[in-house]
Amino acid sequence: MAAEISIDLVKTFPGRPPIRARIAYPVEASTVLILFGPSGSGKTTILRSVAGLEWPEQGSIQFVSRTWLDTASGVRVAPQDRHIGYMAQDYALFPTYTVAGNIGYGLHHLSALDRNKRVDEMVELFQLRGLETAKPRELSGGQQQRVALARAVAPRPLLLLLDEPLSALDAPTRVRLRDELRSLLKQLALPSIIVTHDWTEALTLGDVMAVINAGNVLQVGAPIEVFSRPHNADVARVVGIETVVKGRVVGSSDGMVQVSVNGTRLTAVEGESTGRDVFVCIRSEDVVLERGQATASSARNHLAGTVVSATVLGALAQVTIDCGFPLVAMVTRSTVEEFGLSSGVPVVAAIKAGSVHLVSRQGE
Amino acid sequence: MNWIAIWVTFKLAASTALILLVVGLPIAYWVSFSRRRWKFLVESVVALPLVLPPTVLGFYILVAIGPHSPLGRFYNELVGHPLPFTFEGLLLASVLYSLPFAVQPFAAAFEQVDRRLIEASWTLGVSKLGTFFKLIVPLSKAGLLTGAVLSFAHTMGEFGVVLMVGGNLEGETRTVSIDIYDEVQALNYAGAAKTALFLLVVSYAILLLVYAVNRNVWAAWPQK
Repeated sequence: MAAEISIDLVKTFPGRPPIRARIAYPVEASTVLILFGPSGSGKTTILRSVAGLEWPEQGSIQFVSRTWLDTASGVRVAPQDRHIGYMAQDYALFPTYTVAGNIGYGLHHLSALDRNKRVDEMVELFQLRGLETAKPRELSGGQQQRVALARAVAPRPLLLLLDEPLSALDAPTRVRLRDELRSLLKQLALPSIIVTHDWTEALTLGDVMAVINAGNVLQVGAPIEVFSRPHNADVARVVGIETVVKGRVVGSSDGMVQVSVNGTRLTAVEGESTGRDVFVCIRSEDVVLERGQATASSARNHLAGTVVSATVLGALAQVTIDCGFPLVAMVTRSTVEEFGLSSGVPVVAAIKAGSVHLVSRQGE
Repeated sequence: MNWIAIWVTFKLAASTALILLVVGLPIAYWVSFSRRRWKFLVESVVALPLVLPPTVLGFYILVAIGPHSPLGRFYNELVGHPLPFTFEGLLLASVLYSLPFAVQPFAAAFEQVDRRLIEASWTLGVSKLGTFFKLIVPLSKAGLLTGAVLSFAHTMGEFGVVLMVGGNLEGETRTVSIDIYDEVQALNYAGAAKTALFLLVVSYAILLLVYAVNRNVWAAWPQK
């Protein structure tokens, strides 16, 4: 049997829709599962149940060959005995302990010598040298995040659980640490589950992604699959970004970046991402369709293609175009009728450079 | 000044504070962390000495430890003399009388501790007891000190319970407040004034200590 994480639980809170989650996926040394959904969707409750901090009324949680919860047979493993690393959204650093004290807190089973050695390794790995004797309140947000992460991984847990690991940081730090976190997770070779509501984090960090809304798991799959091929309208609405394709940065000048997607050139505004391999993400409402020859417009990207399908959704219609890669556009129903948009019709898609979002992903 | 009475009072207050530190911690822990519905029953019993007249409390304790009660008989057989009108009997009464003065600050301090810190400790493999001593106690030290000092100070000044349970035995149960009462009864106002001033100075010094330490603790650990 392949190693697997399997979560199947029911948990109710008064005045909220019940959480009914069923997720099972194969796990390798460094598989990252993203629990993705809007706030209040129940993703944090699922994570806390895996940690042993919430007790579902019904269900089971299995990690490889270990059963952590099985209400049918009365198995309830305490959080102390699950050997997990857990990082809360606001880090929950111990204010009475120093940085080194926080990192060493979970190492009580080691001898003093081994404990100091392990703390030292963590200080090195998380670039906390010189801060060992500082108290948490003296640290910046980014440093606190690294201490919290170091504390969680120091006891070498079986599974790492991160609740919105980047949301407490300011925007520039968040982007920098997002890429750092990805390489760190791969380096640690530790399976992890990450809760987030940010689609860029889901794309950067995730190997598997579960979309959660109103207590239900809507879709489980590779992030790029989930973004570009949502099972249904609910998933599409929750993820909120219709076109996600892999691209490669081929040049940059004057603050603009040229990206190649299957040979099609796109211009984007140079932003946070620096890697060569990127995900190119475009919202459907940012795509303007033009008929015939491209006219003069402020949009930097004019992509010629043909309509693959047009689906009318009330007053709006979702049109998928093949322009070297599948591109989804949202237009009004009257445009569909006026332009005679149907399969095989040639169109030009105009996209402003600022609407082409690049999300870097290392190691792809 | 009656130094013997002062010594008895100090011994009683210090022993009471020490016992309450040991007995009060688990009660306060249970009160602040339990989710049981009937928690309010325990909370109100603990708070009862705050509203009961000391004579009423003293009367019930006297009956409960007297030679006709099972507890009193058991103690008599064990030690060889009855519990009422001894230092030990007085100590038991003081512990019960000062219970809320220790438990309430303890519980208030425990409730201030962020639950997410406690959960973080659990996920790091530290048991509930270990978490209590490694995390909760250091974070609650201001409240623990307040509770211990308040029960010390409260015992120093008790009168009704001492009179009911302890009596007025020199070197055994005659405390400072009883001594002042005796001096006034004997129209020795000068002696009473000296002892009263002593009690006032000591009580004020203790409160100064509590407030100074608490302020210092808050300055070092800014509340969120």
